[in-house]
Amino acid sequence: MLAQEIPTLPRGVRLHYDKVRGKWVLLAPERAVTLDQIGHAILNEVDGQRSFGQITTALSEKYNAPQDQIAEDSGGFLDALRARRFLDVT
Amino acid sequence: MNRGVPPPIAMLAELTHRCPLSCPYCSNPVEMAKQDSEMDTDIWTRVFEEAAALGVLQLHLSGGEPASRRDLVTLVKAARQAGLYTNLITSAIGLSERRLHELDEAGLDHIQLSLQGTDAVMADKVGGYRGGFDRKMKAVEWIKAIGFPLTLNFVLHRHNAHQLLRALELAQEMGARRIEVATVQFHGWALQNRDALMPTRDQAQQVTQHVIEARQALKGELVIDYVPADYHDDYPKRCMGGWGTTGLNVTPDGQVLPCHAAQSIPHLQFDRVQDKPLAEIWYNNSAFNAYRGTEWMSEPCQSCDRKTIDFGGCRCQAMAIVGDANATDPVCIKSPHHKDLQSQANQHAASIDAPFVYRTAPGKTREPAE
Repeated sequence: MLAQEIPTLPRGVRLHYDKVRGKWVLLAPERAVTLDQIGHAILNEVDGQRSFGQITTALSEKYNAPQDQIAEDSGGFLDALRARRFLDVT
Repeated sequence: MNRGVPPPIAMLAELTHRCPLSCPYCSNPVEMAKQDSEMDTDIWTRVFEEAAALGVLQLHLSGGEPASRRDLVTLVKAARQAGLYTNLITSAIGLSERRLHELDEAGLDHIQLSLQGTDAVMADKVGGYRGGFDRKMKAVEWIKAIGFPLTLNFVLHRHNAHQLLRALELAQEMGARRIEVATVQFHGWALQNRDALMPTRDQAQQVTQHVIEARQALKGELVIDYVPADYHDDYPKRCMGGWGTTGLNVTPDGQVLPCHAAQSIPHLQFDRVQDKPLAEIWYNNSAFNAYRGTEWMSEPCQSCDRKTIDFGGCRCQAMAIVGDANATDPVCIKSPHHKDLQSQANQHAASIDAPFVYRTAPGKTREPAE
């Protein structure tokens, strides 16, 4: 994912707190993806407004971690969601 | 949680067995639930709440044709209120523009649309319903305009396998994000149509090749899920993602099944949602416990290194073909019945003149299209 690209969750894909299992999940058409803490933190920042670059900057400040490390980790995660059509990019 | 049994993720709610189509590949049982035995809105609402509390995330509203239920919009609203992700599995017959808008307002998350063929001649012949294809395509325009996420489900068999590439185009034209290329599975009504529907081995291989190529070409645009022709395969499918581990199925009259076709296994005893809470059924019902884990297996499954990959394959298929639900799925190359099944499959596929045996239902008198 490029820094200037803006990720957004398309209609029919949403974050959901699974009370029974005590975990955040991404609900998508006929699928449920269990999220780890990092996955949830990234998707929480995806608002359809801010670019991937802005999101990794925000996360790097929030978690006091190097931005390129965060970009590498979260980029792969978001690309995988994109390949499954769980994420749109503009 | 009991003895390490995880809570279910998905529930298939068969709201009704009524359906305007008469597809020969119908996998519902030959004996279907009659309309007067269907559960009412209040019971389904309670079942949705119990399902969510049990851990179900995905609700598939199915049938029959779920649009045949007059309370469909109310049921979708109730399911969303319970916190479930709602998926409507439909032929689109019975979905008017107004009803689709109501479903939108009720919070319907996703639509899975069945496709019997890529043109009216094929689709109406398979569905046994004149004008069905045109009505479906009209509904697709409304679905697109509203913006519902859409998956197309192309049920593929000997007569329409050559339409696969067109089906992939059609999915893109419809704006679908995903297509299921589902080679016909022989359960319930479909069993008697094996002569009429069985794809040839060559067709099955060609379809697999097309799917591999299309997945590459359409990466990021169209997700392709594929159910191969398992009679021609060497390893069985992992039925239900593991019996009693992932999903459950509620019939129109309230029976809770570990899989859609489980009623074909005569020794299993099912409970009803009218009599017991869903959680108690999931964890304690004997039918759910019958094929959980690997203890029930005999050879060649018990010593097989794939036993936790495919769990011995489909129990209903073992029942239907070998007459023993505990046996290895005869699709498996290690099954003593594997060779018989493959030659049977070739014989079915060579029965080129076999007519469709159209689905019939109690009280249904309509003539099929041909």
